[in-house]
This record gives sequence, C-alpha cells and structure tokens, in this order.
Amino acid sequence: MNTSTPHIEVMRSQLGRARGLGAGQSGTAHWWAERASAASLLPLSTWFVVQMFRLGGADHAEVARWGAKPCNATMLAAVIITTFYHAQVGLQVIVDDYVHGKAHLPTRLAVKIITSLLGLLGVFAVIKLVAGGSSGK
Amino acid sequence: MQARWAPIQRRDRDGVQAPMQDIRKALYVGSRSDGTLIERPMSPHLQVYRYRLSMVLSISNRITGVIATGGAALGVFWLGAAAKGPKAFNTARKVTGNPLGQLVLLGWLGSVVYHTVGGLRHLIWDAGYRYDKEELNKDGPVAVKVTAGVSAVLGIALLCVAGRRRHARAKAGKVS
Repeated sequence: MNTSTPHIEVMRSQLGRARGLGAGQSGTAHWWAERASAASLLPLSTWFVVQMFRLGGADHAEVARWGAKPCNATMLAAVIITTFYHAQVGLQVIVDDYVHGKAHLPTRLAVKIITSLLGLLGVFAVIKLVAGGSSGK
Repeated sequence: MQARWAPIQRRDRDGVQAPMQDIRKALYVGSRSDGTLIERPMSPHLQVYRYRLSMVLSISNRITGVIATGGAALGVFWLGAAAKGPKAFNTARKVTGNPLGQLVLLGWLGSVVYHTVGGLRHLIWDAGYRYDKEELNKDGPVAVKVTAGVSAVLGIALLCVAGRRRHARAKAGKVS
C-alpha cells in the first residue's frame, strides 16, 4: 500500500452537477434511428439477396447491364445508404459501451468518417454504373 | 480479500497522482468508516455468472453486426470494381471465386442472417412481446436453428447458381 489516496477534484455530487441542466436533449432519437433503419433494411436486404441470385458468377458485362437499370440503381443506393447509416449508428453504441477515456472521441469520429466514406464510395459506384461509364481498364 | 478493497493508486507516467476526470471512475470512489478514500468494488463480471445461451446470443448480435459492416465494405469495393471496368472487376472475381474468398462471403452471409434474426427479436421485444424469462429461453435455440437453416440454404443455393453460370460460360467457350 502506497501513500497515494483517491482524490476528487469537483466537490459536488453527480446529482448536484446534473440538476437544473434539463434533459440531455437528444432523448430517444438515436434509439429510433437504429430501429427505423433496421426495419427498413429488412425489405432492402431481401431485395439485395434476390439480386445476388441473379448475379451469382456473373461477368462484368452482366453486372454493368444490371447496374445501369434505374430501378436497380435506386434500390442499390437505398441499400448502401441505409446499411452504412445503420452501421454508423450501431457501431457508435458499441464504441460508447466499450471505449472509455481519451480513446473514446477519436474512435467515435473514426467510426463516423469510415462508415460515411464507405457509403459515399458505394453511392458513387452506383452513379457511375447507371451513367454507363466504364473506363475500359 | 485484500485485492478488491485496496486503496486506489492512480498515477500518471511521471508518477504524479493523476486527478480524477473520468466521471465513471469518480463514482467508484467511496470512503471507509475511518474516512480514508478507497476504490469501491465493481460489480462482478462475466466469469462469475453461470453460462446461459442468451448471453452468447446477446454479444453475438453485436459481433455479427461488426462483421456484417466489414462485409458491406467488401461489397462496396466489389461494386466499385464493377464501376471501374472489366479489368478491375476480373480482379474482384478472382477474390470472390477463390475458396478462401467464398469462405469469407459465407461468413458475411451467416453474420447478416444472424444479425437479422437477432434484430427481429429486438424489434419484437421493443414492441413488448416475448420478453419473459421463459419465452427468452425458449426463443434462443429457435433463433440459432433458424440462422443455421437459412444460412445453409442461402449459401448452398448461391454457390450452386454461381457454379452453374460459370459452367455454362465454360461450355459456351467464353473466357471468364
């Protein structure tokens, strides 16, 4: 046993610090975002699985023709946006639960940035496919 | 006995006593009857609980969510390759056609299926149903069986579809 003892800097109770500040504001928004995107993903991912049955083993020409159809592009973009939105919201809960202290904020930002970029990459791939462009590489 | 009730010794790198800034940690500080501050015992963790299926299913929902995100990232790269052109897409196909790549795809599929089943259970609980202990314990094994069944059927069917198309293309004499 050493000489050091615990030391509390703020001489107010947690309740005293919270009192008068009002609610945390965001309320149940995060919870709802998670459930709403989850429910939306049920039909969207079903559509995606069905499409994978159409595309299993397909070559580039077949995939390009498939992706160029406006209906497919719309559904595909919806799948991508909803998937990465749901991933962002869900991963944030995991980070909030398991990452503490100094690492918390950077990890949370990293989750936001990476999921956003992946979603954007998917959306731009869809745009390129639907525009029929292929660099020939 | 002693370990749990030992006084806190929190020091930073230079050996200076660090002030408590983390609220969560500050709440662990208690005092003995003689007035000395101590770290209060934390609630017992995983290892003291008896194994239940529901605890595995609960953490599995999170783990499969993370894996499903990784798989979605791979899916986006696949789509990006298709958008880039035939050459990039052929590289992607080498990955997806490879046995190791297909194992990864099956892992993604299984994770998505379990996360969907787990998510459906969550939506049912949120609506106020199936939340009693008996119902929870009854539904757990059902969730495992549904996941295994749906994953196996989808996985085998998708492999068959891909294999048949590759076969047909080989027969037609085209270079895949």
